[in-house]
Amino acid sequence: MLTVKQLRERGGFTLLNRREPDADREISSVYCCDLLSVVMGKAPAGSAWVTVMGNLNVVAVSALADTACVIVADGADVEDRALDKADEQGVILLRSAAPVFETAKLVDGLL
Amino acid sequence: MPKNLKLHYDISGEDYTRAGEASAQLKQVLRQLGLSSSIIRRVSIAMYEGEINMVIHANGGTIDVEIDSACVSLILKDTGPGISEIDLAMKEGYSTASESVRSMGFGAGMGLPNMRKHSDYMKIDSTPGVGTTVYMKIALGEE
Repeated sequence: MLTVKQLRERGGFTLLNRREPDADREISSVYCCDLLSVVMGKAPAGSAWVTVMGNLNVVAVSALADTACVIVADGADVEDRALDKADEQGVILLRSAAPVFETAKLVDGLL
Repeated sequence: MPKNLKLHYDISGEDYTRAGEASAQLKQVLRQLGLSSSIIRRVSIAMYEGEINMVIHANGGTIDVEIDSACVSLILKDTGPGISEIDLAMKEGYSTASESVRSMGFGAGMGLPNMRKHSDYMKIDSTPGVGTTVYMKIALGEE
């Protein structure tokens, strides 16, 4: 069992939320994709979603598809308004300096 | 749960960044009603994809939601360009979205297939040049 909080600490990821979120949710799996409709249809609920997209719609998709968190890989930028929306909707945004594959591999090794 | 709760949402077609707000609001209502997380997820995905389609293709529209003890019913109505070939539009990967829409992560051709996958009933009425109405039902008993 690995919670989002533990993932953040053990993976060395940066928390992007401006407000400290409730990060006790358990992570079920890791999922990688940048196409939002594919994520909506296929990301497992409770997964750690790894993407290089950092726009506002990523927050909406995470909230509605019910992923445990979003990990923005490759040190990609995240829009300011996405950060505001993430706090508003309780979506956890983490950042990884590593590319998507390495980030997902790291998460998978921690699960 | 109150019987036959009805909700109405006007979807703006002008701003991609606001797409999903109605779905997020409905999700909040479903949570307050105490529905299971899997039902909430299915309704949220089905409605969000419809909402995004309205914004991308039809300059907005309306969504009417009715919740009773058996199911959540969604009626998504727009006066956009319509869908000329519904069978083709239902195929995974088929998309007519513009490059700018694709650059935001949309336009993967998964919207209508996702709506079908996450609903128990779906019907599309569409007339080119007149508009599209999508009817969906998600049964509350199905997990």
